[in-house]
Amino acid sequence: MNTSLRAAAPSQPLREERQAQVVAALNEVLPRGAILFRHEDTVPYECDALTAYRTSPMAVVLPETDAQVAAVLKVCHRMGVPIIARGAGTGLSGGAKPHHWGVILSLAKFNKILKIDVAACTAVVQCGVRNVVISETAAPYGLYYAPDPSSQIACTIGGNVAENSGGVHCLKYGLTLHNVLRVRGFMVDGEPVEFGSEALDAAGLDLISVIVGSEGMLAVTTEVTVKLIPKPQLARCIMASFDDIESAGAAVARVIARGIIPAGLELMDKAMIAAVEAFVHADYDLDAAAILLCESDGSPEEVAEEIVRMEQVLGAAGASRIEVSRDEAQRLKFWSGRKNAFPASGGISPDYMCMDSTIPRKRLAEMLRAIQQMQSKYGLRCVNVFHAGDGNLHPLILFDAEEPDQMRRCELFGADILETSVRLGGTVTGEHGVGVEKLNSMCVQFSPAERAQFLAVKRAFDPLELLNPGKVIPTLHRCAEYGKMHVHRGMMPFPGLPRF
Amino acid sequence: MDGQDPALARLIDQVDHARNYRAPVDIRGGGTKAFYGGPPKGEPLDVTGLSGISSYEPTELVVTARAGTLLSDLEAALEEHGQCLPFEPPRFSPGGTVGGMVAAGLSGPARANAGSVRDHVLGVTLLNGRGEVLTFGGQVAKNVAGYDVSRLIVGSLGILGVICEVSLKVLPITRATATLFFDWDETRALEQLNIWASQPLSMNASAWHDGRLHVRLAGAEAAVSAACGKLGGAAVAPDAAKTWWSGVRDQTEDFFSLSEANLARRECLWRLSVPNSTVSVKLPGRQFVEWHGAQRWWRTTAETREVRAAAAQAGGHATLIRGADKSSGAFMPVSDVLMRIHQGLKQAFDPACVFNPGRLYAEL
Repeated sequence: MNTSLRAAAPSQPLREERQAQVVAALNEVLPRGAILFRHEDTVPYECDALTAYRTSPMAVVLPETDAQVAAVLKVCHRMGVPIIARGAGTGLSGGAKPHHWGVILSLAKFNKILKIDVAACTAVVQCGVRNVVISETAAPYGLYYAPDPSSQIACTIGGNVAENSGGVHCLKYGLTLHNVLRVRGFMVDGEPVEFGSEALDAAGLDLISVIVGSEGMLAVTTEVTVKLIPKPQLARCIMASFDDIESAGAAVARVIARGIIPAGLELMDKAMIAAVEAFVHADYDLDAAAILLCESDGSPEEVAEEIVRMEQVLGAAGASRIEVSRDEAQRLKFWSGRKNAFPASGGISPDYMCMDSTIPRKRLAEMLRAIQQMQSKYGLRCVNVFHAGDGNLHPLILFDAEEPDQMRRCELFGADILETSVRLGGTVTGEHGVGVEKLNSMCVQFSPAERAQFLAVKRAFDPLELLNPGKVIPTLHRCAEYGKMHVHRGMMPFPGLPRF
Repeated sequence: MDGQDPALARLIDQVDHARNYRAPVDIRGGGTKAFYGGPPKGEPLDVTGLSGISSYEPTELVVTARAGTLLSDLEAALEEHGQCLPFEPPRFSPGGTVGGMVAAGLSGPARANAGSVRDHVLGVTLLNGRGEVLTFGGQVAKNVAGYDVSRLIVGSLGILGVICEVSLKVLPITRATATLFFDWDETRALEQLNIWASQPLSMNASAWHDGRLHVRLAGAEAAVSAACGKLGGAAVAPDAAKTWWSGVRDQTEDFFSLSEANLARRECLWRLSVPNSTVSVKLPGRQFVEWHGAQRWWRTTAETREVRAAAAQAGGHATLIRGADKSSGAFMPVSDVLMRIHQGLKQAFDPACVFNPGRLYAEL
């Protein structure tokens, strides 16, 4: 890439000139209406669901065919223009945040299901197909696509591939990577490429493993072949209340120790329960310090057997109240609270920032106590939901962006949570991705040599670093600055941080 | 793991030496899979000194073991707590190590339902070609910080670095299993497997060979007995079933043993990985079908070209597992664009090209 493009905040006329050149070149390969560049047209693309960080893109393109995607990539590659692929823009870490000198490659028009193969139990879909649509289309065959991120009504499979999205059922059914067979798309220079195959594996290195979760940094995805699995005949959910968070955490370990792998295992703390109950009236126990949702699915015989065992374990673990869903309506009601945790938080605070670290399950109580102390330290409230089955924590820090200092304190609070997670043997992101949001925290989780190795992986796919530049892997320079800032403020010392 | 560890420090010295003299090394664990891939070349780099389970907490469903740990020791430790490696890695012969299991990336009979080795790797500590000890992934099941290098390492046959330590997701041993058999020809067996695989039947493994289909069910007791009723067929006694599936898993079944005489007659063992709905692969010789149709082993004298073409036509690929002549490579060539990525990654991890040259592809 032209190094002059990396300079910060260049003057406006220079950018306008560059924009005119790029738009003219794109006009030669795209139909009218497939290029947006006037400010009022590009405003909706200034951010993804991490709305606190915005940049105006130089242009937005909306191709409809593979040939157009290839042509756009060739133009951008030739001219050294950064490319940021975008699906539905529901990402929570700023992975689709525009680049000041870059083009947003919107894949929203790639929204067709190409094939449902019942014998092979697969679906071939374009990248812009929404997650939930795959399961809806497969439903008449008794099949579905298992990963179900909470945003599944809006998020696209291409975005799921970029983020390796999970959901509330991934303890039993796995993440996106475990449910994707093949990804087709293009390299940065417009060359077509295929990772994985319609078989269960492919020849050579397992490249699909690095493509899934690569946040648009390695290649552009246009088509995905996913596995479909038989829909369980029945699901039932237990809602268990606990008088203290420690017992709820211990109950999770006891369920696993008994050899039970629940279809879903979710925990909410008291503040979160109050927020969602006010929002959706899911009949949650407002007296509980924490509630666990524990789901069993399978054949009716299997579910009956498992629910009994789950009730025994939860009872023995000290649950103060246990309720088993009578029917599908009640089961969905139990889940409605959990699935609305984010909007409910929006109802009790002008703004919130959702964190996404993962910790070993056994450190949960310790983590929640640390978060409690951070609330007084940073003067902000925090409510917690937790994918307890797989250790993925979503603290929602409540703040008001209108208050001058709150955004800054919120960022420090978030960074503190992430660094505490790393110290407890976990990771800074379980399923939302690094994007721009967690770049600094990557400096804490990975050593300089590890980060250098990541950058070398990036260059093996994209030598000029044009795909989503500046995301996911922080530069050594950035980490050095971040280290200095911490020492300077003296707030979050982490010398000799234990690493897993 | 840290570089102060004497066993690791020795490996780092050896890698530094290899890099400085551009002398290839042959990374070795138990040597039980030396037959797999291209022939080993270079000075042996023995990782068996790095052994032992570093941490295991059954309630976290995670175990971390050093690369030289015997697979049999790891499986025994898991069994003590009622847990297992659900992907059933083949052992071939005693002495196989955890590092070798990950480097080879081979999974056993349960793979179609339980997932692969790769699906269960959570983290890897790797010694790269610059002599740096790097940790990717971690000990938690959900982790998207940075590129998923730990899973890229699975099946890489050591060409990217020395695997030093691995964290794996483990699962409880299923409460009940049952094995049924059906005397059906290939067409009937494949059709029925595709139908069953699209239904919630607790199917966990299948194997068809020589006119007989075996199906293993696994799960909750109620689910297994209900599925047995639906499938029909004849039951195999539990002990006999266990022995049979171990033979398939470890390839000690007669079908998989090729004598010197077989090899001299140019007979080869091929693994074809194809979509499970592929009707029938036509090759001369004998076939053993697993993974509900997605894995088809062939003992054949067919030319490499013919076998690869048959696999490619079905949308899959073919690997020469055992054969006297591996001069055309064990693995099917990848497209030019993928080979460029392979070469870029090799350069990124092992710039001096010292690790396991030719094990995966002659160019790497």
